[in-house]
Amino acid sequence: MNLKLNILSAILGISFLYGNAVAADIKIGIAAALTGNAAQYGLPIRQGLELAAAEINVRGGVNGNRLELIIEDEQGKKEEGINVFKKLIFQNKVMMLFGPTLSNSAQASDPVAQTAKVVVFGTSNTADGITSIGDYVFRNSVTERDILPITLKIAAQNTGLKKVAVIYGNDDIFTKSGYDNFKKALRDLKIPVATTETFAKGDVSFKPQLTNIRASNPDAVVLSALVAEGAPIMVQARQLGITLPFIGGNGMNSPRVFELAKGNSDNLWVGSPWSVESPAPENKRFIAAYLKAHGTMPDQFAAQAYDAMYIAAQALKTIKLTGKLETDRKALRDALPATQWNGATGPFKFRRIVGRNGKPAGYDAVQTAIVMVTQANRYVIKN
Amino acid sequence: MLAQQFINAISLGGVYALFALGFTLIFGVLGIVNLAHGAVFMLGAYSALHAVILLRLPLMAAILAAIVTTGAAGWLLDKLIFAPLRARDAPHLAPMIATIGLAICLSSSVEGFFGAQNLRFPVEALPTETLSLGGIRITWLELQIVLLAFVLMGILMWCLKQTRIGRALRGLAESPKAAALLGIDVEGLFRFTSVLASLLGGVAGVLIALYTNAVFPLMGQPMLHKGIAVVILGGMGDIRGALLGGFFLGFAEVFSVAYIGSTMRDAVAFGLLFAILLLRPDGLFGKATQRRA
Repeated sequence: MNLKLNILSAILGISFLYGNAVAADIKIGIAAALTGNAAQYGLPIRQGLELAAAEINVRGGVNGNRLELIIEDEQGKKEEGINVFKKLIFQNKVMMLFGPTLSNSAQASDPVAQTAKVVVFGTSNTADGITSIGDYVFRNSVTERDILPITLKIAAQNTGLKKVAVIYGNDDIFTKSGYDNFKKALRDLKIPVATTETFAKGDVSFKPQLTNIRASNPDAVVLSALVAEGAPIMVQARQLGITLPFIGGNGMNSPRVFELAKGNSDNLWVGSPWSVESPAPENKRFIAAYLKAHGTMPDQFAAQAYDAMYIAAQALKTIKLTGKLETDRKALRDALPATQWNGATGPFKFRRIVGRNGKPAGYDAVQTAIVMVTQANRYVIKN
Repeated sequence: MLAQQFINAISLGGVYALFALGFTLIFGVLGIVNLAHGAVFMLGAYSALHAVILLRLPLMAAILAAIVTTGAAGWLLDKLIFAPLRARDAPHLAPMIATIGLAICLSSSVEGFFGAQNLRFPVEALPTETLSLGGIRITWLELQIVLLAFVLMGILMWCLKQTRIGRALRGLAESPKAAALLGIDVEGLFRFTSVLASLLGGVAGVLIALYTNAVFPLMGQPMLHKGIAVVILGGMGDIRGALLGGFFLGFAEVFSVAYIGSTMRDAVAFGLLFAILLLRPDGLFGKATQRRA
């Protein structure tokens, strides 16, 4: 009896010591689309997060605690997003989550994190309504609602456009939400729309729609598409002799347009929280480190993911970990809103938004967009 | 604008027809709905793309590389999937289900090797000339796709009518048992058809990838959906029908964009297709009592 008690107290004593004196790993769950069509966004996101975590760990982690990343593939699908969130939250018992890659999936999986009271941090979800899910939902992806009006305004000032034609993908929540924001911004700026056309994922020819656009005689074409469809649209437009400027949403803001629309990529206006041309030292450092670690140039998805990891680490630094998962998860959630950071995408802070029910909900990003135009395979910053 | 839309419709129709040719051939002879045809199509595009990028071959040689790869894929398709299922007298749906599995397997493997992102042919390798007449513009490539669709259809139909092997194929399509009794090498012909149909799919893959500027693992999927519609409309297994069905879908899509609005495109195009099938349940060229090759 006595012996048993002694052993028990010894074990308790050791675990007590272990919990306090020895640094623990902080488990961070990452749900990204690593296979499927959305992998072209999910892979840079993963690489951006990994790079930041590796840098933080090399410098001794967060208050001595290493960041341990647990990465799962959500395939860019709603159902998989939910499964992966559940696995990371309940099985891996992560402190917080990054992801998922697409707004479509976030809409489905973020409620899981909200119900379980785990912070979910989106780095690429720009559609409306994601952060209105609840007060555990954060994102540093600047929404198109903020970016598109300034993009249009600066493009209009520079090109003197009077009326535009619009083309967008209507079978995708991201490009459709981009269209809605363009529509609102065009109304606010009092720019008339000559014609509005739609396309679907996997379309081979965009020429029928572009022929309509050509006939409507606009001064510019507003394009809400992902680069996978947007680049062929630009190429086919030039083939039809349409030399007008294109004004793209967030989906078109990828240097891949230079490759996918090679020879026809000029005169595309985009707004972005991040630019490869941005001369800030934090950005130069990020680009060099990314290039060294992964051998390719980063895109905005990588940059935003990279900054997001630092923002989370910054918040983690301010809290005292108790080892009790629920308490720590809540402490992180309470620390995040006040976190500020100056990273690859520039100065950043959170802004609380009002949910659909009129009550305060999750947190969006406050950041100034950079407006750029493509010229001979480069971005030229215009603001 | 009308003239340009007419040209757009012909070129889109040519794309659909080119894809549907191989698809309908396998159905006509083997009686199989080959849902892996989209994946074979994708394989053709990837083979040619890597022949151009890694081996620095000119476009024509790259198309040959695609023919070899997809022809081999067709040979394996029959050897590993269709033939064993034939030998076991598998029920009608088994080969179709097997091809779904194969399609997923192929596109996932390609994704594993080459990544999910869109790739494209280097600009230098592309025929980029555009013909322009008045306000009407068409690229050389579009013109070539349309011509090739017609030429391939012509060759296929001529071979089926005039050559020994064509007659044997038609006999086979009519009744494999009777063909075997007549001393026709049934297994060999099945294999040959699978190879021929797959390499047609491969060629279509290269040309359409050049047209869209987009090579990605799931590129065959939307084409397959439209291809099924085209082939059903034309009459399952009918070569002429595949061509006509392709042009019908092309025209229906383009003119619903031009006159009704692009949001209604698929509703109008597929609504028309549905209406035609109500009037002619076996498609434009299909005959209920007779299978065709």
